[in-house]
Amino acid sequence: MKKLLILALLSTSIFAGKTLDAIKKRGSLKCGVSTGLPGFSYPDSKGNWVGIDVDFCKALSIAIFGNGSRVKYVSLNAQQRFTALQSGEIDVLSRNTTNTLSRDTSTGLNFTTPLYYDGQAFMVRKKSGITSAKQLNGASVCTQQGTTTELNMSDYFRANRMKLRPVVFESNDEVVQSFVKGRCDAFTTDASGLAAERSKFKKPEDFVILPEIISKEPLAPAVRQGDDEWFDIVKWTMFALIQAEELGLNSKNVDTFKKSKDPRIKRFLGRTPGVGKSINLDEKWAYNVVKKLGNYGEIYEANIGMNSPLKLKRGLNSLWTNGGLMYSPPFR
Amino acid sequence: MTELISKKPFFERFAIWLKKNLFNTPTNSVISIFLLAFIWKGIEGLFTWIFIKGVWSGGASVCREAGGFCFPFLFEKTRFIIFGFYPDGQLWRPTCAMLILIGTLFYSKEPNRWNKKLAYLWSISTFFIFWLMGGGLGLTEVTNDKWGGLPLTLLLATIGIVCSYPLGIVLALMRRSKLKVLKSISVVYIEIIRGVPLISVLFMSSVMFPLFLPEGVNFDKLLRAQIAIILFVSAYMAEVIRGGLSSIPKGQYEAAHTLGLSYFDTMRSIIIPQAIRIVIPPTVNTAIGMFKDTSLVLIIALFDLLNTTKTSLRDPEWLGFSLEAYVFVGLIYFVFCFSMSKYSQRLEREFGMKER
Repeated sequence: MKKLLILALLSTSIFAGKTLDAIKKRGSLKCGVSTGLPGFSYPDSKGNWVGIDVDFCKALSIAIFGNGSRVKYVSLNAQQRFTALQSGEIDVLSRNTTNTLSRDTSTGLNFTTPLYYDGQAFMVRKKSGITSAKQLNGASVCTQQGTTTELNMSDYFRANRMKLRPVVFESNDEVVQSFVKGRCDAFTTDASGLAAERSKFKKPEDFVILPEIISKEPLAPAVRQGDDEWFDIVKWTMFALIQAEELGLNSKNVDTFKKSKDPRIKRFLGRTPGVGKSINLDEKWAYNVVKKLGNYGEIYEANIGMNSPLKLKRGLNSLWTNGGLMYSPPFR
Repeated sequence: MTELISKKPFFERFAIWLKKNLFNTPTNSVISIFLLAFIWKGIEGLFTWIFIKGVWSGGASVCREAGGFCFPFLFEKTRFIIFGFYPDGQLWRPTCAMLILIGTLFYSKEPNRWNKKLAYLWSISTFFIFWLMGGGLGLTEVTNDKWGGLPLTLLLATIGIVCSYPLGIVLALMRRSKLKVLKSISVVYIEIIRGVPLISVLFMSSVMFPLFLPEGVNFDKLLRAQIAIILFVSAYMAEVIRGGLSSIPKGQYEAAHTLGLSYFDTMRSIIIPQAIRIVIPPTVNTAIGMFKDTSLVLIIALFDLLNTTKTSLRDPEWLGFSLEAYVFVGLIYFVFCFSMSKYSQRLEREFGMKER
């Protein structure tokens, strides 16, 4: 196994600078997505892939081809995802994968900038009046047995000197059922998972997800090691989505900024040349992404935010100017 | 006695039957009442769930409110469950392909049609099925990563069974061979394959295999899974056929030998035809198991019928209707497996009558 990995690592060097050429020659981008995760990547009733991870694939396709439909989606499960990237079956992995030190250093891949900061949170009944996880002292909390969720929870309660009454179950379904039936005051798992479970309830509006995030799950797209040019493209496409939101550009109003005097906007939209040439893309690539897909806030709200059944608040995924972590280096 | 009963009206006959079978002793009466109440409870629950609380129109929120069987979910998702990612405007193609496949299977079910003509029919059908599914020659191309749902399950199972059969015959003959080398190859192969679960064979083919290939060279995922299935089933088929070969009396071999037939001719025209006839019921058994085993391809992210069902539950609009989805897909599996099982029973009867 080790030998195989080394072999895989060595041969990635042949790819240096080749990924973009290969994509252009093939005429399509091969994007690794999940086997179905609500809001992130899942097929709609007609079999088209949708979700925020899928929209990122589309953003890349627009940046390269000026058209969001030139993506070939490869559905991968948790075991297949890294092999698929190493073996060249996909060009980019956009599949709710947490960036961790061991994955980033040992599996022959590089994580780019996070598309979504997930993390463990708590959900309670609205009528309990609880608005912060700090108020959960002495609460009974339902969770799944033997997961990191359980450990994170007890760490958090201990660190805040609160009393915890854990109620653990074997399966996730049992956890949800017990919470609904009132066996516990709160229910904990990743925020995106909480939102998905909440949308199944009869009256989702009776439940709230508390704002505290107690663990770090930065879900980031990944590329193969050894092709810096391609790594840059993926990274900066993500930054473009954030930058557009920061500059107040969205799919509807971007054309009204064509005559803007703001030098930052002129550079971003490619009217002052530079942003395209430096990463081997069309000068208007960022403009195209915003025009044809939208900014980060737009794709967030449509897929997992307030315009979707999941109704996840922005929280950590707000712009840095609003107290979140979404921050783009300057486009210049 | 039976004649007397059969002349009485239905209710009276039913009462007699009840008395004789369910209420013949006090203990039995108590057990019967208890069990009938239990069964009634189940049926009542099912009836209420499907018909009284069941929802026929509206969206997901209406369904969640009512808490009954959500038909709108099935109306919305049947297209994806049956056809998976197949392009929307082209759905007639997998439909026709499935009809051709089922039609050909249906035609082949009569033993008196098992001749050369049937082989030609199958090659023509196979051509049309792959042409319809894959495109080319005037149809838009649809790559096989977009195939899914019922057509994929049917193809994986049918091709798996059909191709593993000849391989199984070869393996069975090898295992009975007098040549030590051939025999040990076959024994090792069969025992290794039967010693590991199908999941691990599929997993090797999908996760390990690409690591051995040079980068950028990709072996088709579907083909990889199909080959894994064929290799796996052939080991089981070999054992089934070997059972048939062993049951052929020694006299048959000796008679063929006396007539001066070569090994090949003996096998081809004397032994194998008889052996295959004997093992038809266990073969169909293996086929039913095989049909259901194809659902394991979901662990390598191929979208067979079970996986499209699972995936259809991931739409945030329609979260939480797993009961409806699995009841629906369970019915589809049942229809196929039950017909195969009925067919095997019929063949067993027919061949049994001829033989004895």
